[in-house]
Order: sequence, then C-alpha cells, then structure tokens
Amino acid sequence: MKLQSRHLLGMEGVRKEDITLILDTASSFKEVLERPIKKVPPLQGKTIVNLFFESSTRTRISFELAERRLSADVVNFAASGSSVSKGETLKDTARNIEAMKIDMVVIRHAASGAPHFLTRVVKANVINAGDGAHEHPTQALLDMMTLREKYGTLEGLRVCIVGDIVHSRVARSNIFGLKTMGAEVSVCGPATLIPRNIEELGVRVYHRLEDVIPHVDALNVLRIQLERQKSGLFPSLREYHRYFGVTKAKVDRAPKPITIMHPGPINRDVELSADLADGPHSVILEQVTNGEAVRMSVLYLIGTSN
Amino acid sequence: MMKTKVLDAESFRRTVTRLSHEVVEKNKGVQDVVLVGIRTRGEFLAHRVAKIIEEIEHTKVQVGILDITLYRDDLHGRLDQPELKSTKILFDIRGKIIVLIDDVLFTGRTIRSALNALMDLGRPSMIQLLVLVDRGHRELPIKADFVGKNVPTSRGEQVQVAMTETDGEDAVYLIGLDEKESAQ
Repeated sequence: MKLQSRHLLGMEGVRKEDITLILDTASSFKEVLERPIKKVPPLQGKTIVNLFFESSTRTRISFELAERRLSADVVNFAASGSSVSKGETLKDTARNIEAMKIDMVVIRHAASGAPHFLTRVVKANVINAGDGAHEHPTQALLDMMTLREKYGTLEGLRVCIVGDIVHSRVARSNIFGLKTMGAEVSVCGPATLIPRNIEELGVRVYHRLEDVIPHVDALNVLRIQLERQKSGLFPSLREYHRYFGVTKAKVDRAPKPITIMHPGPINRDVELSADLADGPHSVILEQVTNGEAVRMSVLYLIGTSN
Repeated sequence: MMKTKVLDAESFRRTVTRLSHEVVEKNKGVQDVVLVGIRTRGEFLAHRVAKIIEEIEHTKVQVGILDITLYRDDLHGRLDQPELKSTKILFDIRGKIIVLIDDVLFTGRTIRSALNALMDLGRPSMIQLLVLVDRGHRELPIKADFVGKNVPTSRGEQVQVAMTETDGEDAVYLIGLDEKESAQ
C-alpha cells in the first residue's frame, strides 16, 4: 500500500483506502507512544521545517513531537520576528528554505490555498497544518481515528459538527473525510455561521441543537471565535451559549450517551459546558493523543514515499 | 518453476520440538528466558515453542511480537510501502534472555533491524537467535544459535514457509527457477 499523493493538502478527494491506511498506521504508532523510549528511526536524515505563519500551540507542538519521535531533524519557523515581518513573500520564504535542503514542509497559513501554492514552488513534500477557512486535514484524521476507536467503524456513524461552520477549516476537512468514510454528517449553528449551499456537500443543516441531538452518535463542538461577535454574526456569547452551547441538560435528552469532541482550545461554558468537557463521554484528550499518532502516520507515510 | 517440499508437516513438528528442547538445554531451564517472534511467521513459531517449553518444563514463558518495519534499511522510495503493524512486547526486556524467532534466515538484514528495535526497548542480558530455516547468503555478520534446517540455496531461489495459522498447512518449500528463467 502507498498513498496516492506525495503531499497532504486536504481531505477533499483523498481516497477511502488512503484514509484507512493512515488510520491503521496511526493505530500502530500509538504503541510507540506507550513505550518508555518514544522514538523510532524511520525518518532519520530527513529534515522537516514547520512553517507557522499563524499562531498555534497545540498543532505545532504535536507536529514537532511527531517529527522528533520519527527521528527527523526539525526546524521551526514562526512568522513573527522573522523575515516575513520584513515583507518577504511566501514564495521567497519557501525558496530560501528549500535552498537549505529541506525534505518536508509543514505549513499553517491564514490564506486558503497557501500549501497548494507551495507545492508549485518547492520540491519538498508539503503537509497542510491549516490554511485559512479551507482545510485542516490532520485534525479531521485525528477526529476520525478517535471515532473509529470508539465505534469500530465510521460507516453509518452519525456526526454533527456544531458552531461556526463558515469560518471553520476543521468542519470542512471533517465533512470531506467523514463523507468519504461513509458517515452521516450534519451541521448545526446560527444561520449567519452556516455556509450557503452547504447541503451540496451532502450534509444536513440544523439550526436548533434540540432537533439534532436525538439523531446523532457524536457532537464535534467547534470553538467559537470571540472576534466573530464583534463583526455582528451573533449578538452575544451569552445568547450563543443559550442556543448553541452544548450542555448536559441538552444532551441528556438523547436516547443514548453522545460522544463529545472538541478540537481545542475550549471556551468553557460558552460552546461547551465544563461538566461535559470533563465528563465520561468526552474524548477530547484522546483526540490530542491520537493527533500525535495520526501526525506520525502521515509524516511517516509521506516521508518514506520518495 | 520447480517447487520442492523440504519439510513436511511431521518433520516440521519434530523440528520445532527439537528447537524448543535446545532452547531449554542451552539456557539450563527457562529462568529469565522470553521469546520474541518477528511478524508474521516468527510470531506463530514463538507461540509453538512456548507451548512445547511449557509441556517439558511446566513453566510459562512470555511471548512478545516484534514488528521491524520502522527499522528496515530499505524503507525509503519503495514502490510498495510495507504495512506497519504494532510491536506487542508487554513485559520489560531489561535483564532478560531474549530468544528472537524468525522463520527464514537469509541476508541477515531483518535480524539486524530486529536487534536495533529490541535495543530501543531496553537492555536485555542476552539475545539468542532461533530460525526454522537457514538458507545462507548472509550480507551481515549474523549467525543463528538454533537452526531447524539448513537448506542450501542459490540466490535466485525462494524459501517459502507455510504455517497452518496463515497458509492452512505446515511445510517448507524450496521454489527454484527453471532452466529458462535461470538462463536469463
């Protein structure tokens, strides 16, 4: 088996067998994470640069740990305090880094399509760690891995993504990936935060949590960006919490327990109540662990492909 | 293509029994002895050796499974990536005598990978190597402590170990090239 592409730019168009290969390989890497010495040699001699043009803590740390655990050499690049603040273009930054003989690039950028652009200007393998409101494929993969661990399969699983769908790369990647794997996907949020025509991706739209809760196995609760309130997309955090905040009182009406997911960082008691986040049906910390395994899997499969 | 059976089910069973006795004899019992089988057929062999040792020594020996994929020296740029499965060694190998088990010993590269993988898990007091078939053509200075059967081969031939767990029978075959193929 081998992945079809030498880059991971998004979940759109990724074949079912490739997703399965990534998830199976990630499950094998979980065993490495249980060892006293959490390091294996497959990427020895490979150099990876983490190009983070947007601030990120957990994704960057997770990628960096995954890279180091596979024995790669790692260089970190953050936009602030770098040549970017002196006006350098993405193309020049990338070409300069490539001239330093880099094998793989992990990129996060506020502009949708930045990783795709990069594949045209550098020879290295490119992994998208989040581009604008477009895609965040490793997040979708770790979400799918967590659900597959819990339910055994994604086929027929009912997942609702709750919150700000329109600005969310996590939502888009999850929709593409989950649909490919045969899950039933719905979204729920205020009309101002749901993209028009999203039904064309094969998802159902709900505007009331109460309507969707009886029909789902898992809720993937997105972080509500506080700055969206300023742009008038919802009136107040209090009101958002009242209508779209996932709380124990609301999910308790479901016929069976609902798995609670969140990509982090959580605004406690805004989009998700603290008792659910810490409750028995929350898999939020499993998501973090699986994130490392999934990133090891992607880096390994792509890094040994050429 | 010529296919010759070099071990049938009966001699297969006797060979594994003899190897198990040799492990016990060499280590004067099975104190601190653990078995580690290399996926896939080494794993099955390890379980069979463990069962026979239990019958003769009335002691259970622990069995682990080793996946060497991440330690291969030919991992990069292959057309077909080897499937990564997990290592399952659920005991501490520090201070243990590890009997490393594989079906066929050929170039020695698999064993080199396995030795590195084991060393990353801890410091065993000793590692011994048990193989069902030694077919020669070593590319590294590696030698087995316990050999089921020496099968002289030419480089182009193949040794195929069948085991009931995956192949429906216990047997070892030598698959030779016919004259036309070997002339090419």
